[in-house]
Amino acid sequence: MTARRLHEEQPAGFAFSEENMARVNQWIAKFPPGRQRSAVISALWIGQEQEGWVTKPMIEEVAKLLDMPYIRVLEVATFYTMFHLKPVGRHHVQVCTTTPCWLRGSDDVVKACKKHISDKPHSVSADGEFSWEEVECLGACVNAPMVLINSDPYEDLTGEKTEEILEAIRRGETPKPGSQIGRHASEPEGGPTTLTERALYDPTLRHSGPSLSDDEAKNVTPGVEQREAPTQKPPGAAT
Amino acid sequence: MLSDRDRIFTNLYGFEGADLESARRRGNWDGTKKLLDLGPEAIVDIMKKSGLRGRGGAGFPTGLKWSFMPKQVDPARPHYLVINADESEPGTCKDRDILRNDPHTLVEGALVASFAMRAHVAYIYVRGEFIREREALQRAVDEAYAARLIGKDNVHGWPFDLYVHHGAGAYICGEETALLESLEGKKGQPRLKPPFPANMGLYGCPTTVNNVESIAVAPTILRRGAEWFAGIGRPNNTGTKVFCISGHVNKPCNVEEAMGIPLKELIEKHAGGVRGGWDNLLAVIPGGASVPLIPKSVCDDILMDFDSLKAAQTGLGTAAVIVMDKSTDIVKAIQRLSYFYKHESCGQCTPCREGTGWMWRVMTRLQQGRAAVDEIDLLQEVTKQVEGHTICALGDAAAWPIQGLIRHFRPELERRIREYGALKAAE
Ligand SMILES: Cc1cc2nc3c(=O)[nH]c(=O)nc-3n(C[C@H](O)[C@H](O)[C@H](O)COP(=O)(O)O)c2cc1C
Ligand code: SF4
Ligand code: FES
Repeated sequence: MTARRLHEEQPAGFAFSEENMARVNQWIAKFPPGRQRSAVISALWIGQEQEGWVTKPMIEEVAKLLDMPYIRVLEVATFYTMFHLKPVGRHHVQVCTTTPCWLRGSDDVVKACKKHISDKPHSVSADGEFSWEEVECLGACVNAPMVLINSDPYEDLTGEKTEEILEAIRRGETPKPGSQIGRHASEPEGGPTTLTERALYDPTLRHSGPSLSDDEAKNVTPGVEQREAPTQKPPGAAT
Repeated sequence: MLSDRDRIFTNLYGFEGADLESARRRGNWDGTKKLLDLGPEAIVDIMKKSGLRGRGGAGFPTGLKWSFMPKQVDPARPHYLVINADESEPGTCKDRDILRNDPHTLVEGALVASFAMRAHVAYIYVRGEFIREREALQRAVDEAYAARLIGKDNVHGWPFDLYVHHGAGAYICGEETALLESLEGKKGQPRLKPPFPANMGLYGCPTTVNNVESIAVAPTILRRGAEWFAGIGRPNNTGTKVFCISGHVNKPCNVEEAMGIPLKELIEKHAGGVRGGWDNLLAVIPGGASVPLIPKSVCDDILMDFDSLKAAQTGLGTAAVIVMDKSTDIVKAIQRLSYFYKHESCGQCTPCREGTGWMWRVMTRLQQGRAAVDEIDLLQEVTKQVEGHTICALGDAAAWPIQGLIRHFRPELERRIREYGALKAAE
């Protein structure tokens, strides 16, 4: 886990750039009047995009802006693990090591990061370019193992492939995000086993006809009625 | 196998455009006005009759959940729909595909569901790490506004604002009340229930929280009728479902299939089979990290739906199938999940905060065999003390994978303890 407390060395001040201030205001406008604190995550996020990490003066500024006690913003900044509480490299690499990624070789990806960035997570590489950390499932498990470099996922990795990507970024290139074995997205390697019927994508081929009318839609068979006997669980109960 | 014509997410893989025009070609936003003309009651009724059960893990009937919202709107307490796109359950990556490749199914679903629950505002809470996915979703929302499909003054006649929100890295924000706290600008710590969100949700107002997939399938169900959806799968386990197949298969993938498809067929047809063949299978976690694993003997003929998996003492959860072949260190696989729950506990209940750390430490020793045999019973006992004694289901989720391991792999745990003991004795 990241150090979930503020960094010892803090800058003197913080101000949103004009453009970023406008973005924060757009977020505030998404919520009902008086509910501006709902924008706190977004405001800190934009601040982090601007400065690279979340600073104490930034937290103070966000608190003032959203009319929140400082401690409430500090709580948010320390609770959510994507907020960097100290400087990171220009390219921050999040390596997923949760079980589905681990089963497919995330250990090798970690090794590559240790070799090409730094032996320890959360420390910036000698050239200031990179930092890395282990994170929990990033929601791309069928393309495991994978990393998120700043905003972009790199998927279907191996140790070597990870090294190549890191070196390419170091040379100033932008390797293509997504699958590194030529998959388009989450379809099985070599091509999908479903969604191959062209008629799906050509309205002239589709069995057309009007959308269901009121009556039709309501007209369900008795069989369907009988099927409805769900065992109820309270909303929120897992599985 | 489900026919392509019965698949709802026809752009699951993003081979076609995610834009509005392409979505329209695939049949999204087709006659949406007619769907709203059915009226809220009829929509909820169709959803009930379709048998759709929530796709976020708990499997609560969606139509029934919608019917819990007050029928009259108190002007001081507007209704909200909140869509859960926090997708962080290990093994699960289906909502991601809907967000980035088929976002208009979700935007249209948000309108229809909000109308059915008399909400004029909906929020979609996307996990912080899904940055590109959030951009794709925002594009779709902007397009829908521009085409006046949604917005205060739209062609459907139901004023409706849809906002994309995001988190910043916290699994617990997928729990619906933690999500609401987070959306209100607080730490994501679950609330005690009752009151349930339908009474006291976002900003204290009536709120329904639904998973992305639950909402995104709604327009197609309404268009094609409850009967169509209910005709797929088995009674009480109806419809289509996006499965995520990860781990030791030849071709990991997401795929939309019929509920109740046999696990073996799912893996062999779509995921290229188990690495090294079916007989090389050790165990499967069938529904995301939170459900107990099942050994190969159960996998041989289990059906992938809520009731079949429940009968096998596990669950469908998010339908994230994590496959492990015989080369797997099964104790390490579960120990890594224990670490996950320890890492993600929000810390407000003692059994969870202390229990997840304790269970992880014991699991770590068990992995090496550095334990006594009766500690297995102690571990089992502690999982029982955590389960059901916490504010939210994360406590249960941390307990179940370990219970599954002990249930099916106790001899393996004992073997490690014996071998470690013998090694120590020889030293
Ligand atoms: C710890 C925890 C994490 C959860 N994470 C998610 C999630 O990421 N996405 C989701 O849709 N539901 C998640 N849920 C389930 C939600 O609480 C809720 O049941 C679900 O969003 C309801 O939607 P549904 O009825 O459409 O399934 C989680 C539950 C728990 C206890
Ligand atoms: S069970 Fe765990 S995650 Fe859930 S509220 Fe309690 S401490 Fe938080
Ligand atoms: S486990 Fe790595 S992305 Fe899900």
